[in-house]
Amino acid sequence: MTTQPLSSTAGPPCDISNMSYAGPVVAFDNVYKIYGKGESEVRALDGVTLQINAGDFVAVMGPSGSGKSTCMNILGCLDVPTSGRHLFKGVNVSDLDRDQRALLRRHFLGFVFQGFNLLARTTALENLELPLIYRRIDKKTRREMAMEALRVVGLTGREHHTPSELSGGQQQRVAIARAIVTQPSLLLADEPTGNLDSARSHEIMELLTKFNREQGLTVVLVTHEEDIAAFAHRRIEFRDGKILRQTDTRKPR
Amino acid sequence: MFANTLLMCLREIRRNLLRSGLTVLGIIIGVAAVIVIVTLGAGTTKQVQEEIGKMGSNMLVLSPGGERRMGGAATTSAPFELADLTAIRREVNTLSGATPVNMRPMQVIVGNENRRVNIMGTDNDFSTVRNWKVTEGRLFMPSEMKSGKAVCIIGETIKKDMFAGQTPLGATLRIGKVTCNVIGVLEPKGQAMFGGDQDEIIAVPIAMFQRRLSGKTSVDSIYISANSEDEIVEAKAEVEKLMKERRNIGEDGQVDFNVRDMKEVSNMVQSTTGVLTGFLSAIAAVSLLVGGIGIMNIMLVSVTERTREIGIRMAIGATEREVLLQFLVEAAMLSAFGGLAGITLGLLGAAGLAPVLNVPFTLQFSTVFTAFAFSAMVGVVFGYMPARRAARLDPIEALRHE
Ligand SMILES: Nc1ncnc2c1ncn2[C@@H]1O[C@H](COP(=O)(O)OP(=O)(O)OP(=O)(O)O)[C@@H](O)[C@H]1O
Ligand SMILES: [Mg+2]
Repeated sequence: MTTQPLSSTAGPPCDISNMSYAGPVVAFDNVYKIYGKGESEVRALDGVTLQINAGDFVAVMGPSGSGKSTCMNILGCLDVPTSGRHLFKGVNVSDLDRDQRALLRRHFLGFVFQGFNLLARTTALENLELPLIYRRIDKKTRREMAMEALRVVGLTGREHHTPSELSGGQQQRVAIARAIVTQPSLLLADEPTGNLDSARSHEIMELLTKFNREQGLTVVLVTHEEDIAAFAHRRIEFRDGKILRQTDTRKPR
Repeated sequence: MFANTLLMCLREIRRNLLRSGLTVLGIIIGVAAVIVIVTLGAGTTKQVQEEIGKMGSNMLVLSPGGERRMGGAATTSAPFELADLTAIRREVNTLSGATPVNMRPMQVIVGNENRRVNIMGTDNDFSTVRNWKVTEGRLFMPSEMKSGKAVCIIGETIKKDMFAGQTPLGATLRIGKVTCNVIGVLEPKGQAMFGGDQDEIIAVPIAMFQRRLSGKTSVDSIYISANSEDEIVEAKAEVEKLMKERRNIGEDGQVDFNVRDMKEVSNMVQSTTGVLTGFLSAIAAVSLLVGGIGIMNIMLVSVTERTREIGIRMAIGATEREVLLQFLVEAAMLSAFGGLAGITLGLLGAAGLAPVLNVPFTLQFSTVFTAFAFSAMVGVVFGYMPARRAARLDPIEALRHE
């Protein structure tokens, strides 16, 4: 497939929006991410090859410093590999410039962070509208989409609350609503439950499971906890920047 | 998208209202200063032009002395004679009038009122040349002119102050030692260009001035009016040529008189106010500069404070250009608000100062618009660097920022 440069205009990048694409959502081919040089060189990713398929629900695990976040940043097109190929829907992301990667995120990716990362002093509704604004969606549709997303995550009635007026669990649900309101091809969550107690964590995971099952949302999440990883269908374990093993954890029906 | 950016920026400014206000204080002061200066300057110019209009824009003043100095006293050059006046009237045919003007402040006494007044020795032509009518009574009669009879026409202020507003016709006043009959009152002219009351004046026949007040037969200056404004240049040349002949000045001889038209006078006034305006505008510009630096400073702080927000926006898909635009618009908006506040303040200040300084208040939309555009521009110029810094942030690091 030829990669045309992404246009920086309003529409989604043309070659990626190609509906006939049937391959994996993401493919890493021998990806390296190396920080520093010589003696102080750190191989955050040391030859990683993986695939994420549409509808996958993947848990990334591994000890601290094993390269999970580095992997997520590259998956999220926030960063590019030092070497190796990162294909997003068949497009080599390394060929894209900063703005083209921004457009790719805008149209195809959703992020959930450990620290929620909502805009402070900004209402839940406004937070949800933000990605839609960048997508040039008109005010009325925007409002409807945001309200619907808030309803789905169970926050109807909290539209006009700012993050400081919401609990951690509620904030993370706003963050999830913000990530899915654009119906991304891939949702990336780096330790989404890291700041929550186990009851709240399970609520969040149930929400993600629901989106995965009902809407076929592709999810990749990082976690340290077994019970959280148990929600996923596949587990990728990292050690020292390498994939230690991949296991299918789908429960037999 | 742009509308959304505007809204977003408005929200951000409102969120930090006090800080925003303090940030744009420099802009407010700068713009207010510019508005006050320019408005009052324009008022002065307008006043001067009106003044000149009142004096008659066709007027030329012939006075002794070579240098073109404003109000410069005649140095050693010979004064004029009445014969010069007669010659000008006879020879120059682009004139509608010429009149001698001898001015001297003298002690004037009416009853127990006593004050120094400008006495003007002249003839009836001053009324046409200076466009100055007699509202009560009459002008001088030929016999009075010839004999130098002690009669006078007084200015409005003299009537008001020394005759308590009563009609002074037929009454007498004393100029120095000479007792004078009041035969007329001049129409009021109001304030003169450089302060001073034009109506505090008494006109007497030139012959009477020469014989009984100054004791000299000289004429200090001759006021001439051209037929029309178009003929001023021609009239001026003719008068100069005639006077050179009469004073035996050759082609390269030292000219010991000058003929000034009112345009020159008005230009001189304008260049004087221009210098002043320029100077004060420089101060205003410095204050705008300081205001701009203030905005740059606060925008840098804002970018640092909002690093995480920038990271979030980038993760969500904001392009470099969109982040840049957001901060640029915010800076521009901030300083434009400052500009608006400054304009309001400046106009109020000018309106308040105008009556105190005796200058008409003239609202100039071009000035207001320029000030506004300029203040917004200051925001863009000084907001660029912080906005660029924001746009260049690495999203991963920005998201990690605490
Ligand atoms: N910007 C950077 N500069 C230098 N080294 C980095 C940078 N980012 C990550 N690293 C290094 O790369 C390695 C992998 O880091 P990474 O953040 O991916 O770990 P992680 O698996 O997410 O750990 P944790 O579970 O603690 O979040 C670490 O050794 C880290 O120090
Ligand atoms: Mg990590």
